[in-house]
Amino acid sequence: METVVDLSTDTEKVSPETFKKEILKQYPAKVARKRSKQIIINSVGEDKCTPEILANVRTVPGIISQRGCCYAGCKGVVLGPTRDIVNITHGPIGCGFYSWLTRRNQTDPDQSKDKHNFMTYCFSTDMQEEEIIFGGEKKLRLAIQEAYDLFKPKAIAIFSTCPVGLIGDDVHAVAREMKEKLGINVFGFSCEGYKGVSQSAGHHIANNGIFTHVIGKDDTIGEGDYRINLLGEYNIGGDAFEIERIFELCGITLVSTFSGNSSIDQFANAHTADVNLIMCHRSINYVAEMMEKKFGIPWIKVNFIGAESTAKSLRKIAQYYGEDALIDRVEKVIADELGAVEAVKNEVYARTQGKTAMLFVGGSRAHHYQDIFHEIGMKTLSAGYEFGHRDDYEGRKVLPSIKVDADSRNITELEVEQDEKRFRPRKSPEEMDALTKNGVLFSEYEGMMPEMENETLVIDDISHYETERLLELYKPDIFCAGIKEKYVVQKSGVPLKQLHSYDYGGPYAGFTGAINFYKEIDRMVNSKVWSYIKAPWEKNPVLSGGYAWE
Amino acid sequence: MRKIAIYGKGGIGKSTTTQNTVAGLAEMGRKVMVVGCDPKADSTRLLLGGLSQNTVLDTLREEGEDVELSDIRKEGFKGTVCVESGGPEPGVGCAGRGIITSINMLEQLGAYADSEKLDYAFYDVLGDVVCGGFAMPIREGKAQEIYIVVSGEMMAMYAANNICKGILKFAESGGVRLGGLICNSRNVDNEREMIEALADRIGTQMIHFVPRENMVQRAEINRKTVIEYAPEHPQADEYRMLARKIEENKMHVIPKPIAIEELEQLLINYGIAA
Repeated sequence: METVVDLSTDTEKVSPETFKKEILKQYPAKVARKRSKQIIINSVGEDKCTPEILANVRTVPGIISQRGCCYAGCKGVVLGPTRDIVNITHGPIGCGFYSWLTRRNQTDPDQSKDKHNFMTYCFSTDMQEEEIIFGGEKKLRLAIQEAYDLFKPKAIAIFSTCPVGLIGDDVHAVAREMKEKLGINVFGFSCEGYKGVSQSAGHHIANNGIFTHVIGKDDTIGEGDYRINLLGEYNIGGDAFEIERIFELCGITLVSTFSGNSSIDQFANAHTADVNLIMCHRSINYVAEMMEKKFGIPWIKVNFIGAESTAKSLRKIAQYYGEDALIDRVEKVIADELGAVEAVKNEVYARTQGKTAMLFVGGSRAHHYQDIFHEIGMKTLSAGYEFGHRDDYEGRKVLPSIKVDADSRNITELEVEQDEKRFRPRKSPEEMDALTKNGVLFSEYEGMMPEMENETLVIDDISHYETERLLELYKPDIFCAGIKEKYVVQKSGVPLKQLHSYDYGGPYAGFTGAINFYKEIDRMVNSKVWSYIKAPWEKNPVLSGGYAWE
Repeated sequence: MRKIAIYGKGGIGKSTTTQNTVAGLAEMGRKVMVVGCDPKADSTRLLLGGLSQNTVLDTLREEGEDVELSDIRKEGFKGTVCVESGGPEPGVGCAGRGIITSINMLEQLGAYADSEKLDYAFYDVLGDVVCGGFAMPIREGKAQEIYIVVSGEMMAMYAANNICKGILKFAESGGVRLGGLICNSRNVDNEREMIEALADRIGTQMIHFVPRENMVQRAEINRKTVIEYAPEHPQADEYRMLARKIEENKMHVIPKPIAIEELEQLLINYGIAA
C-alpha cells in the first residue's frame, strides 16, 4: 500500500487540487474514477455555471457513507413530524425504534382542536420470524385495528421496511381494506430501505403518497389575506415555531407546513394556498411541482436560516403579493427584529470572524447554513450533501441534462394532470413575468455551488476516509454533520455541530434562530476544550517537576 | 449417518422417487428420516399413507417455543421417520426462510442426534434452487450428498445443470458433493444415453435409470410406495436397486456445470440425431 503523504505540517498550502489528488491516490482505479466526479473544485463561471458533479448515485461499497435508507427518508424525515397521523412501521422492531424522532422534530398539539399527538409513541408491527415465513398482512391488519381502537386517529400510515418487500406483503391492499372498515384515511408506503441509492428515494415516495392520499381532500378556503404553504421545514429544535412567529407578525397565514408542527388536516387543505415556499428543495420539491401542475400554485425557493436570508425570503413573499400594506409590514418586522440580531452579531463577530467551517449534511442544509456562517464572518472551506442531486448542487438549470439511471427510474414518477375544477392559476403569465424580472424566481433553485467561493471543495456523499483527511489537512474550526460523524470528528479536535438534530439546541431559523446560532457557534469555535484533546503526556512524554519549596 | 438431499425440476418425480428409494432402504433394515422441504407438505404422503402430518412450522406457530420432537415426527412405512417443514400458502410470506427455520428447529430438538441411530436423513427439496432458503440443505453441511432427479426433457436437464451451479457454490465452503443423476424416464428418445452423456460432462454418473411405469401412478393413488403397494412388481425392484446403488455409492464429486450452448448441443446430438 502506498504511504499516506503527511501534508499537515503546512496546512496553509494544501490546495484543493492536492487534496483531491491525495485522496484519489488511495483508492482503487475504479473507485477513484467515480469519486473524482464527486469531489469537485468549485469554480463559478458566467450565468452561475459550475463544473458538473456526480450525485445521487450508488455509494461505493466499503466506503463508509453518511447516507441513510429509503425508509428513513420516507418515514423519518417527511412523514414522521406530523403529529396526528399514527405512523406504523411494518417490520421488525429496530427500524421503528431507531427512526423514532431522533431528529428532534417538535410539535404543538394545542394548535389542533382534537389535540392529537402521536409523535411521542413509536408504532411498529414488531414482525417476528413467523410473519416473515407466513406473511405479515394479518399482523399489520391487527396493528392498525389496535392503534385505531386505542387512539381513534384521523389517519394511519404504514411504512414498509426491507423484509416486507422481500416477502411481498401488500401493504396497500391492507390499507384500502382498513380504510373501508374504519372509515378513516389509511395509506401505505412501499418505502423499503433498500430502494434507491439513499434516503432521497424515500422522500420522493413520501411526496407521492401524501399527494395521492391527502392533499386536496378538503377544499375549505380558510381566512387570511396572504395564505402560503411552507414546504421542507421539519421543525427541528423549534425552527417552524420561530418562522410561524415571524409570519404572524407579518400578517401572513400559514395554511400548512410540510411537515414540521403539522397536522394532516393542513395537508388536506394545502392546495388552497396562494404560493408554496420551499425550504428543503431536495426532500419536497416533488409535492410543490405536483401541486403546481394540478392546482396552479407556483413555488418559490426560500431560506430562513440566517437573519439576512430570512429578511430576503420575507421580502420575496411580500413582493409576490405586491401589496404595499404587506410590503410595509414586512419591512417593519425586519427592522424591529434585526436590532436584536445585530447586537448579538456584533458581539460575537470579533471572535468568529475568519474562522472556517465545513458542512456535510442533507440535501439543503449544507447550503442554507453557509449563509448564516457568512453573517458572522466565517468561511465555508468545503461542503457537500448526503443525498442531494445535481440540481441541488448546480441549480435546476441542469435538470434537462441529468441522466436518469435505473435506480431513479425504480421510484415511481406520478403522472399529474390539471384538476378540471380546482386548477386556478394564482398569477397571470404577465404578472409572473414581471415578478421574475424583479427577481422573484418561480420554480427555480440556483443550487449550492454557484453561491460557494471558487477553489472550495464540493464533495458528494463524502466518505469517512475523506472526512478524516479533510480534518487533518484543513483543520476547520467547525464541522457540521450528523450523529454518525460527531464523535469521530470531535476526537480529532474539531467541534461538530449536528445539523440533523441540532444537538440539544435550536431553533436556528428566523431571527431568534440566528441569534441562537451565532451564540452557539461562538461558544463552540472558541472553546478551549479542543486544545486538550491530546493528553499532556502525548505532547511531552517526559514530565518534569520540582519541589514547592525550591 | 448420511445426509442426502434430492433436487430436480418441479414435477420431475422427486417426492415419488425419494419415498420409493427410502422404502427400499427401510426394507434393507436402514433407519431413515425424510424431511420434506416443500410448503405443500406432500413429501411423506406415500410413506405415511396419506397427508396427515403436523408440519414443523405450523407446530411452531401453534405451540410457540414449546415444541417436542414427537409433535412433528411421524412414523411411516417400516419405521421411517417422517417430517414436513411446511410453509406459507402460495403467494405470501417466505417459504425459503421457513425451510431454514424448520431445519434449525429439527437440529435443536435433536432430530439428528446419535441417540436417534439414523442411517440416513433425506431432504426432499421443492423445485429448482430458487433462493437462499431452498439452498439451505446444501449449505452448512446440512446435506452432504446430492442426487438430482432428471429426465431427457430439455427443461429438466437445464434445471439439473442449474442445481449443479448451486452445489458448486457451496461445495467448497460446506463440503457438499454430488452423488449422481437419477433418470426418472419420460420415454424421451435416446434418454438413457443422453443423461449418461450429461452426467459424464458434469463429471458425475447416472446412478440409475428408472423406467416409466404406470404402477407408480397406481400406487400413488393408493397413497403408497410401489414397494409397499406392489412389492412383487418389477418397478419395485427398480427402486430397490436404486436404494442399493445409493447405499453403495462411492462417487461423490464437485460437479462441473456446463455452458448452455454445450447443453443444447447435447440435446441436438442425442435428441435430433436419433
